[in-house]
Amino acid sequence: MSAEPLLLQDHLPALQVVVPLLGSVVVALLRQGPAAWVVTLVCAWSMPLIAFALLDQVMTNGTISYALGGWPREVSIEYRIDQANAFLLVLVSIMAALVTTYMPRSIADEIAPERQGWYYCMYLLCLCGLLGMAITGDAFNIFVFMEVSSLSMYGLIAMGRDRRAMVSAYQYLVLGTLGATFYVIGVGLLFTMTGTLNLYDMAGKLEAVENTRPLIAALAFIGVGIGLKLALFPLHLWLPNAYAFAPSAATAFIASTATKVAVYILLRIVFSVYGVNIAFGDTPAAAALLALAIMAMIAPSVVAIYQANVKRMLAYSSVAQIGYIMLGIALVSQTGLTGGISHLFNHALIKASLFLAVGCMVYSTGITRIEQMAGIGRTMPATMGAFVLAGLGLIGVPGTAGFVSKWFLITGAVEQGLWWLAAVIVFSSVLAMIYVGRVVEVAWFREPSGAAVSPRKPPLEMVVVTWVLALAVVYFGFDTDISAGVAGDAASLLLAGYR
Amino acid sequence: MSIVNEIIANYNYWITIFLMLSGLYIVVAKSNMIKTLLGLAVFQTSVYLLYLSPGKILGGTPPILEKGIEVYSNPLPHVLILTAIVVGVATLALGLALVVRINEAYGTIEEDEITAIVDREDHAE
Amino acid sequence: MRLDTILRVCAKLFIPFIFVFGLYVQLHGDYGPGGGFQAGVIIAAGVFLYAIIYGLSAAQRAVPKGLVEFMVPMGVLIFAGTGIYSFVVDTNYLDYNNLAHGDAVEGQHWGIFLVEIGVLVTVASTMIAIFYAFAGRGRQ
Repeated sequence: MSAEPLLLQDHLPALQVVVPLLGSVVVALLRQGPAAWVVTLVCAWSMPLIAFALLDQVMTNGTISYALGGWPREVSIEYRIDQANAFLLVLVSIMAALVTTYMPRSIADEIAPERQGWYYCMYLLCLCGLLGMAITGDAFNIFVFMEVSSLSMYGLIAMGRDRRAMVSAYQYLVLGTLGATFYVIGVGLLFTMTGTLNLYDMAGKLEAVENTRPLIAALAFIGVGIGLKLALFPLHLWLPNAYAFAPSAATAFIASTATKVAVYILLRIVFSVYGVNIAFGDTPAAAALLALAIMAMIAPSVVAIYQANVKRMLAYSSVAQIGYIMLGIALVSQTGLTGGISHLFNHALIKASLFLAVGCMVYSTGITRIEQMAGIGRTMPATMGAFVLAGLGLIGVPGTAGFVSKWFLITGAVEQGLWWLAAVIVFSSVLAMIYVGRVVEVAWFREPSGAAVSPRKPPLEMVVVTWVLALAVVYFGFDTDISAGVAGDAASLLLAGYR
Repeated sequence: MSIVNEIIANYNYWITIFLMLSGLYIVVAKSNMIKTLLGLAVFQTSVYLLYLSPGKILGGTPPILEKGIEVYSNPLPHVLILTAIVVGVATLALGLALVVRINEAYGTIEEDEITAIVDREDHAE
Repeated sequence: MRLDTILRVCAKLFIPFIFVFGLYVQLHGDYGPGGGFQAGVIIAAGVFLYAIIYGLSAAQRAVPKGLVEFMVPMGVLIFAGTGIYSFVVDTNYLDYNNLAHGDAVEGQHWGIFLVEIGVLVTVASTMIAIFYAFAGRGRQ
């Protein structure tokens, strides 16, 4: 044994991934619902502590590089943390901590007791995979963590109480695996061309093989693969049913983290590894992305208006919000990218709080259809109040977080003289107003009927967590230092690339 | 004749492309869930070949350190593909497990029929 | 059921050798081709053969379901625990150099040995768990 005390702060990058992994192992050994939840809670709350410590280290000392196994970077997996992914780590781990706090009674209500242990096990594995994707600097390691998170996500979704949950998990499995395989094909081509899998080294070696066809093919493969994972319209087909039928708490967690991490992977590959010149210089990537982003902002919003199931409506809205993030990327400018990244952060808050509010409602009444929600705002004012507040954020009302990111996007569009694009953003926001407004109208302005008349009281922790997130939506509408400021730093870092 | 020679010389890539496309075709065209999953497995297998091809060095030995051996194949792709195979097995097992459960719940594994049932449930909800 | 004497006798002869071969692949993995993945699958294959010839319930008496479900996380724990122990000896995660407290070669040896044991336990038990899960369906 070494005489010195164990200095864990040097090993925070590894701990960020290892703690949830070990937690899932312990949960799998315990397998009792309540005990499993306590272990999950401890692991989940240690995550933001580690993530904030890492963010702090990055802010003061710059990029952290952690060599797994102590091998030099060329031959091993490197964990590489800069401002962009430190920010993402904070986001994912806070979401995990909050949703875990929210979870136990909602899960006990929706999942059979003998399966709850496995639920927590897969939840922690999913968290481990997502954090691993965010933290690693190795292209193949990203794939491995992607599959860790995806496989556990398929399991989480299949645990929904409706039998359609299994079908949607199966469909997600097929499409998700196709996406991951496309990604691996792209990485394989890059590996063939550069001889390395380390993203940082890869960026340095790409210049020598610039303008070769495998390089562009690799970009296309990776774009389609990650596009499937982040549900870029029209590759979103797996998402609505998966979100609609997964257990409520799982939906909130997946909706606020999984697609965001996939967006980060795309940003990392396109901007840091390829660099703006190769990725957007000679290829029609920007134009194609812009077209897809505009379609994604409009079409799913229209579909959302006609949904009967409130969770599926929110799911379609998620696809639309991904469109905003993609728009920020397609603008390829500092302002646009800041808007995209801050929308990534804001949308995670907004959607988590909306899904959590719906989870409270499902717990109290079992209602999932919008027309059954008549008058529920009067019988469950606390829950539906949070829903309205977060809904305002989704629309992008000034004073909410949604407005900040949309403002950046509109500014970015106008900077490039794309006035019509600003109109598209506003139009999409109007569509959001219609589908959020429809729920608000039913919930608040009609007489309570059916199951909505006498809901059982939702547990305190569920309401509190929902409100914490809803208030955060308002808070980040005023305090833009954290969301937009850090997002701006991340954007300039990504635009600069690794070279 | 040089094109023909080039095609023959790169036969491993042609096999990769063939496997990739046939796997993708099976996934898209087949309604039976087990067949879809098998197509997925074929598609993943093509990737193994894509990775292994550039790792082989002609005249190279297996990558084990011995005196007097200078040229050896790149071991990295093998390690990567070992991982990918495990991931593929896990995906296939989970997929098949889901299909078993779906069959128990719906009494069929034809995706068309299940989609029809799901649509009906959506409307009856 | 009693007409398959040849199969039963042959399986009984084969199964010990399958296990020994699995262990050989496992332990030889330090020096040459082999390792936990392959050995785990080979050992699991021995259990499958037993289950196919003698029936699932006989196999589950020999290798109980509870044990299998215990071994799956146990293997991961051995693997991750080795990594955690690297912290204790003041090195990065999964860095084996200092595992033997100084001697790097010895440390690598131990590290690979322990990690591969973890892989063996998890892979063998996962394969058996998958087999049990599918073989046990449709009988209830």
